[in-house]
Amino acid sequence: MTALPQTTSKKLGLVIDLDTCVGCQACATSCKEWNTQGYSAPLADEDTRGADPHGPWLNRIHGYEVEDTNGKDSRVVHFPRSCLHCETPACVTVCPTGASYKRAEDGIVLINPDTCIGCKLCSWACPYGAREYDVQEGVMKKCTLCVDRIYNENFEPEDRQPACVKACPTGARHFGDLGDENSAVSQLVKERGGFDLLPEMGYKPTNKYLPPRAKRDTPQAGIEALPKGDGSAMDRLFKLADRLLSGN
Amino acid sequence: MNPAYSVIFFTTASGAGYGLLALLGLTASSVGQSPSLAFVLVSMVLALALITAGLLSSTFHLGHPERAWRALSQWKTSWLSREGVAAIVTYPFALAFGLAWSGLYPAPDAIAPLGVITALLSLITVFTTGKIYATLKTIRAWHQPLTVPVYLFFALASGSALHLALSAFFTRDPGPVAPVALLSLGTLAVLKFLYWRAIDQAPRDRTMGDATGLGDHVRQWEVPHTTKNFVQREMGFVVARRHGKRLRGLFYILLLVAVLLELLAITIPLVSIIAFFIVFISAWVERWLFFAQGEHVVTLFYGNAQA
Repeated sequence: MTALPQTTSKKLGLVIDLDTCVGCQACATSCKEWNTQGYSAPLADEDTRGADPHGPWLNRIHGYEVEDTNGKDSRVVHFPRSCLHCETPACVTVCPTGASYKRAEDGIVLINPDTCIGCKLCSWACPYGAREYDVQEGVMKKCTLCVDRIYNENFEPEDRQPACVKACPTGARHFGDLGDENSAVSQLVKERGGFDLLPEMGYKPTNKYLPPRAKRDTPQAGIEALPKGDGSAMDRLFKLADRLLSGN
Repeated sequence: MNPAYSVIFFTTASGAGYGLLALLGLTASSVGQSPSLAFVLVSMVLALALITAGLLSSTFHLGHPERAWRALSQWKTSWLSREGVAAIVTYPFALAFGLAWSGLYPAPDAIAPLGVITALLSLITVFTTGKIYATLKTIRAWHQPLTVPVYLFFALASGSALHLALSAFFTRDPGPVAPVALLSLGTLAVLKFLYWRAIDQAPRDRTMGDATGLGDHVRQWEVPHTTKNFVQREMGFVVARRHGKRLRGLFYILLLVAVLLELLAITIPLVSIIAFFIVFISAWVERWLFFAQGEHVVTLFYGNAQA
């Protein structure tokens, strides 16, 4: 049903660290790889060898250039974007068939591929672009939080995590219960000042983003950091060796 | 927003059909049995044909049209589902009304109540269509108080123009709907003017910084994929502002021509047939612009600075 649960016992979600993400796309490709064979499979692409290859991906990695407030210095921030498993998701309530639903037990937002009619209204209602239409299947696709991994008892406990989290080489993705304030992910959000995307729109996203840390070294500091001679005996010896070897 | 032709055809055709049905119901309930059986039969069939063609075309853009019946289930939360329910519920009342009004099933006492119920259900269906768009917070130009009134008055304006044309064709008489036709066109012009002013003046105060949480000095550096994805194809369509202005001008001109033709129809009734087609074209222009000028919040992630 598209009526939202009043509360969910857990709020499973992701915490994404914008400081350590290097934009390698490992999470996006492992997501595609897992989800093209698991729940609501396949995730087929169109025109794969042509000029316009496209198809549903459940995780997209943007790159943004952020200028420092002084306007002189800038840096690149890699920004993975996927379903945020909102507490009050409009994508669910607009669904006319009940194919879209939010689970009361863990808060995961899912699409039933057997009842979705592919009207795309949910994609219009989502401000985060989390839902993509699968032309070949005629249904909408979205992040399932790897619901077929995280409860999978055939896996070792450490593998019961979303594919993207397992794949991340820099540990920029964390999975856990954001409804439990003592969980590791909640602690991380508290410690690092994790934030919501577009909070004023009122969808109460579960996933949180950790802001990039302040820069520790500026280019000027980097130049100054080259070692200078301190005039010690060892230093003079090196300078002598340098002169002799350079031949002047 | 990408202006899908199936959705534009659906909303304009079924809008005209429901508008016509509502006006047939209301005029019949005040005037009673019509003197022209041909007028009754043709106008009822045409109204239901427009509605049905519209509803069918709206299923063409579905990934699974054969599952469309499932869309009737979630009326508790979904305006799209409510639209489906309202559309289905209108059919039996419209058919019963048509049978009574035409005298095919003689029930003169039932004409008035059935006419009023059919009119109400028709307008409720158009109302639910408008609500689908007006309740989407993600598209500022749609999430407006005037969105639903514009949908309702378009249905009335195109429905009454069609009513006028049919009356002229079958009875050589504009009938009781002429003032409604003129008033609804006038109201529509005013509503649309106010609506466009509202969306032009509404601050585009959501920024890329708000969407990404990265502050005021953020620019797109790299898109996540090499070709356009579904989100960009569906939500990224924006018409150039200058084309938008031209099309708004065209809309006002079409409406003015329609008003003049409907006035002329008082002396030369058959001119109202042309007036209807002009109103219908203006509905297409307006509906296309409604989509093309609907800027979606998700574009902020794809390089749009404000939305």
